[in-house]
Amino acid sequence: MTPAFLDESKALACVHCGLCLSSCPTYLETGNENDSPRGRIYLMRAIQAGKLGVDAEPVKHVDLCLGCRACETACPSGVQYGTLLEETRDHIEKHHKRSVFQTVLRRWIIERVFPFPWRTSVALLPVRVLRFLRLDGLLPGFARSMLELVPQRLAKRKLEAKRLAKGEAKGDVGFIEGCVMQVMFGETNESSAELLQRDGWNVVTPREQGCCGALYAHGGQLEKARECARKNIAAFEGTPLEAIIINAAGCGSTLVEYGELLKDDPAWADRAKAFSAKVKDLVSWLDEGGVKPTGDCSRVTYHDACHLCHAQGISTEPRRLVQARAGGEFVELTESDLCCGSAGSYNLTEPEMAERLQTRKVQNIIDSGAEVVVTTNPGCLLQIQSGLKKAGADHVRAVHIADYLKDEKG
Amino acid sequence: MRWIQTIPPDVKPSLQKTMVDRLASVVGRDAVISQESELVVYECDAYTMQKNLPTAVVLPATVEEVVQVVRVCNELGLPIIPRGAGTSLSGSVLAVDGGVMIALTRMNRILNIDVRNRRALVEAGCVNAWITREASPHGLFFAPDPSSQPACTIGGNIATNSGGPHTLKNGVTTNHVLGYEIVLPDGSLKWLGVGPDGGEDVEGYDLRGAAIGSEGMFGVVTRALVRLVKTPASFKTFLAVFDSVDQASHTVSDIIAAGIVPAALEMMDQVITRALEEAYKVGFPLDAGAVLIVELDGLPGGVEHQAKQVEAICAKNNAREVRLAKDDAERAALWKCRKRAFGAVGRLSPNYVTQDGVVPRSKVPTIMQFIREVSEKHQLRIPNVFHAGDGNIHPLILFDERDPDQVKRALLAGDEILTKCVELGGSVTGEHGIGAEKIDFMEKQFTKDDLEAMKKLRAVFDPDQRCNPHKMFPGAKRCAEFAQKKQVAV
Repeated sequence: MTPAFLDESKALACVHCGLCLSSCPTYLETGNENDSPRGRIYLMRAIQAGKLGVDAEPVKHVDLCLGCRACETACPSGVQYGTLLEETRDHIEKHHKRSVFQTVLRRWIIERVFPFPWRTSVALLPVRVLRFLRLDGLLPGFARSMLELVPQRLAKRKLEAKRLAKGEAKGDVGFIEGCVMQVMFGETNESSAELLQRDGWNVVTPREQGCCGALYAHGGQLEKARECARKNIAAFEGTPLEAIIINAAGCGSTLVEYGELLKDDPAWADRAKAFSAKVKDLVSWLDEGGVKPTGDCSRVTYHDACHLCHAQGISTEPRRLVQARAGGEFVELTESDLCCGSAGSYNLTEPEMAERLQTRKVQNIIDSGAEVVVTTNPGCLLQIQSGLKKAGADHVRAVHIADYLKDEKG
Repeated sequence: MRWIQTIPPDVKPSLQKTMVDRLASVVGRDAVISQESELVVYECDAYTMQKNLPTAVVLPATVEEVVQVVRVCNELGLPIIPRGAGTSLSGSVLAVDGGVMIALTRMNRILNIDVRNRRALVEAGCVNAWITREASPHGLFFAPDPSSQPACTIGGNIATNSGGPHTLKNGVTTNHVLGYEIVLPDGSLKWLGVGPDGGEDVEGYDLRGAAIGSEGMFGVVTRALVRLVKTPASFKTFLAVFDSVDQASHTVSDIIAAGIVPAALEMMDQVITRALEEAYKVGFPLDAGAVLIVELDGLPGGVEHQAKQVEAICAKNNAREVRLAKDDAERAALWKCRKRAFGAVGRLSPNYVTQDGVVPRSKVPTIMQFIREVSEKHQLRIPNVFHAGDGNIHPLILFDERDPDQVKRALLAGDEILTKCVELGGSVTGEHGIGAEKIDFMEKQFTKDDLEAMKKLRAVFDPDQRCNPHKMFPGAKRCAEFAQKKQVAV
């Protein structure tokens, strides 16, 4: 008998109605019930019940899950799929032997490089050299497609420990810099801080903060995720803050779940809950009253980052902000809440499905006729930017909402 | 591991490698599922009381592939089971005795929206709600709206002649499918009803209605030509709150008696409204005995007039409150709740079985009283959410499959309720179908001659009874463990 790794009561909340099926990007692509949320929960329960081993087939289908949690939005009975998935992945990583390639990729590249900004910087050095020498075309296919995800301009930047509000201050807010954000999208962090300052907030960015732990949690390394959580909770406990602001949806969804992650740790449970209660995505914190349309608005559309709309249930606020700035030039994107295939490190571990979803997303963007696509997560930005480039859609720009709003606000 | 059925040796999937190879040569290796570890998710649909593994599942991508798969199965004498999203609530796509499941989930495209002729050509695996999504910019929609519409497929809608809350005014699937393409069990391809390219007349006999509602026993539907209707010019959607189910039931009868045909007329009792309120926080009163959703649609003048009548009828029946959805967002929120009511029950209980009985509208209060008695007798909670306007009840019997005694009581309660529906002059299914679940009721509802006539019609399409076998008809072969499963079901 396999030791229980799933909370049975959570798994039993799935009444097998199937309403989640067509919200699932992988099911839409493969048509295979094993690649659907209902199917995966069935597999998880079969593993837990000892009917299936932690074998190649079920693991393949769990691996293929993006963790986008669109199924949670669709689910009428409130199944906490994200939690079930993380528990299952934790179990898989402990009991399933992976290929050397996947082990190196998961344990070394994803978990020991990306969560550390300086390591990511170092890792990206060769990319810069190759690009400078124009030798990137000589790499093998898989490496080239990974490389395509790295933006052409890397803007690394760290924020000062404290920035003062412009005009009269309403109070202090904490700011989470993110790992990928500060290395690849430093300018976006600048824009975010700038928007908060204009909105009347002092922006506090504690030096001691680190990775939010999302990459560990999604990859089935819950203990490591908990270590990250403890570090961040401690880092932000020093100053009284009105809120802790995050501008990356993927990190945000993990930060708001610290309470759940540390619920069994008596020393940290309450502190984690208090921390999570303060975490706010940038878009929910900004007051849209200050956003004004400009005369020369381009046609703009909005892509819902899964970890904002599905994991955190935030979809109206960003639209309101974008619409306010865009005047009448906003168009809805077909399948706007369908994952773009980025899904954290997914485009490294499951490149084929990631590319299928990238193509689907980019086609929808092109069909919308928009010249700007706004989103709220670095992973989505990288994925969509590289997809647009592959499709030759040079007329469309993908931008983070902070950069989009900052340009014209006020 | 009590929750998963152990597969007895006699129905263990035994598809030989050569058979897998033959299927794979048609659809490709990645489109054939034949390992037990991957078949397990196909052992049941949304009806989880009975489970059995299919021999294989194939995922064809084109009509031609479906034809070839059916021919291979024909040659090998294998049963075929057409499957869409597997949202059936009556075990319609249960592989009772194994067989090859043909899942149409890769054939899910909308091929054409013909705005001028108000119709759409879609593949059978197309999701119901997608048609309206694509048609709505043109001011059109696809009317049949089962609660599972965000996931269920047109092929499945045709198989069960699906209805939905708006059936009352708009009719069911058969009223909105002009024609369809079907692969018969011998592998021949036929188009029944209005053709995709011509006018709306049918050459020869109009056999369209024959396979609609045949529960996948006549062949595999691959494409359908569906009717699109104009989106109504205005809506008024009320939420009427009552202290008791009886008051709400009488209101339903009075509205219909007044000659009003609302677009929808839905009832939810207290347990359901509480579960929904917990899930969606739309402001349902927690202490109400029952609520009605009454939707009127049409030209603004007429809707206005009827709205006044409906309000008066509600008041006469002592409605505690009648709320009007003030905008599209509120209206959408109400419908979202209603359509997700079954699933929301997952918050109350690990398992439920949905019954789908029909009674004459005037007998709604009687059957509701009876359900309360059954609930008390078997000590099971039985909340109700249903299409009150057409007397189509959906009692949800809550149980925990880990407790065999509860399972037994749940099955008994369901039997008693459906038997009562027949006694009251109704039927044992409004829209979910007979499937594997309600076979025992066929003889209660139909005479021998009725059943013979149905079997004769089926024999025209499927003389060997290889297409979705062991469904609907009493006396169909059942696996030895079938009855035993019904008792234990875990």
